[in-house]
Amino acid sequence: MPKITFIDHLGTARTIEGEVGATVMETAVKNGVPEIDAECGGACACATCHVYVDEAWAAAAGTPSSMEEDMLDFAYDVRPNSRLSCQIRITPELDGLVVTTPERQA
Amino acid sequence: MGDAATGEAIATDALIIGAGPVGLFAVFELGLLDIRAHLVDILPKVGGQCAELYPEKPIYDIPGFPIVTGQALVDNLMKQIEPFAPTFHLGEMVESVESLGTAAAPLYRVTTDAGTVFEAKTVLIAAGGGSFQPKKPPIPGIDAYENESVFYAVRRMDAFRDRSILIVGGGDSALDWTLNLQPIAKRVTLMHRRDEFRAAPHSVEKMRALVAEGAMDLRIGQVTGLRGAGGALEAALCRNDAGETFEIACDRMLPFFGLTMKLGPIAQWGLNLAENLIPVDTEKFETSTPGIFAIGDINAYPGKLKLILSGFHEGALAAQKVHRYVFPEKKLFFQYTTSSSSLQKKLGVAG
Ligand SMILES: Cc1cc2nc3c(=O)[nH]c(=O)nc-3n(C[C@H](O)[C@H](O)[C@H](O)COP(=O)(O)OP(=O)(O)OC[C@H]3O[C@@H](n4cnc5c(N)ncnc54)[C@H](O)[C@@H]3O)c2cc1C
Ligand code: FES
Repeated sequence: MPKITFIDHLGTARTIEGEVGATVMETAVKNGVPEIDAECGGACACATCHVYVDEAWAAAAGTPSSMEEDMLDFAYDVRPNSRLSCQIRITPELDGLVVTTPERQA
Repeated sequence: MGDAATGEAIATDALIIGAGPVGLFAVFELGLLDIRAHLVDILPKVGGQCAELYPEKPIYDIPGFPIVTGQALVDNLMKQIEPFAPTFHLGEMVESVESLGTAAAPLYRVTTDAGTVFEAKTVLIAAGGGSFQPKKPPIPGIDAYENESVFYAVRRMDAFRDRSILIVGGGDSALDWTLNLQPIAKRVTLMHRRDEFRAAPHSVEKMRALVAEGAMDLRIGQVTGLRGAGGALEAALCRNDAGETFEIACDRMLPFFGLTMKLGPIAQWGLNLAENLIPVDTEKFETSTPGIFAIGDINAYPGKLKLILSGFHEGALAAQKVHRYVFPEKKLFFQYTTSSSSLQKKLGVAG
């Protein structure tokens, strides 16, 4: 199963096994990863699952859809590598993915 | 109208706080029992989360609707409750609920922030996750500027006359206020994190035309800090995607980052609360305060699921007990809408 590493805003890393087909947000929530609120449960309607994708994984993780870009307008400290983790579906190619969570989701 | 203007209270059998899907369907269940309702919601529109957070997204677990969007569900509910002619008070937040009655004959005086006063025999709190309120950007020290020079809404346009205004955001609120305030402001700057806007295309075109004429500024970036002493804003510190920092001189800022749900004044109504939810029994969905019910996402009981379908069920059961308060002398007997001619008459479908 693909491994995903979540680094919190203080630098603590947590590596978790994700399931192909699940989203990065679901993987975080199921495993109690802090700093991901996911208030809307993955509907791309709250922007509280914001993460920064490690540069090395940017291409594999893909680019946000226009709906996701619109929702990112509601997040804070949005950067070029910002994504909503409920919109990143885990593929075998994402084995090793590293994302950092922001200090605040809302 | 009994309201702020006349100082008179509106008398009602049932007052529903919150016009989300659960509050709306409660109108139907009360209506079948001859109870008319008034509804209050802080949003300018009905539908709660369905209409505000996911109008275009599909819902798959409404019984009988294999798929229905948030807005379509709300539109259908509005049609379904039409025969019961509910009265809506939108754009108003319920601030206080005081008891005037007794446990056997409850009566509540309910007041909104717009000064509307109700005297309600029963109150149904269908407040979901709380009132929708503007999101505050987590800019360090922003609290000191709030309501002095940073505002999340425009109550009076005149307060912005001849000001240097920074408007932040890319949706309809940001663009509409940019266009409305530009003629009266000293200078308007619109800032958004990217050069694309969610707002209606014609507003974006108008804004771009004003920028081309030199009548206002558009900057791409995000606010990271504020400068100015004693709540008087002098400049916003900003950063763009390339990491460059810059300042925008302004004495008013209007950030538009959408809405979030905050419990709000409910905490001050003297009700029992458990982790920001209102505990109820599962027979009548009544709170520990007689005559005050809680249905939908706002309530808590063993096994609670925050689903629309649970909220519908809760409204149906609460209505039975509301009937006992409103018509203590009348006995209720069980009827189906399919076969009861009296229910069909109420629905306006009698043959
Ligand atoms: C993205 C998303 C997807 C969802 N998908 C589903 C799904 O597939 N199936 C499902 O069953 N559920 C789903 N839900 C949950 C569902 O939307 C909620 O259960 C439902 O909206 C609850 O309805 P409600 O009427 O109790 O409250 P809400 O819809 O939250 O409405 C409450 C209303 O009360 C108002 N209010 C609160 N306090 C006050 C006050 N003091 N004065 C005035 N007004 C006040 C608020 O402004 C709000 O409009 C989803 C939720 C989200 C966010
Ligand atoms: S969980 Fe709400 S946008 Fe991702």
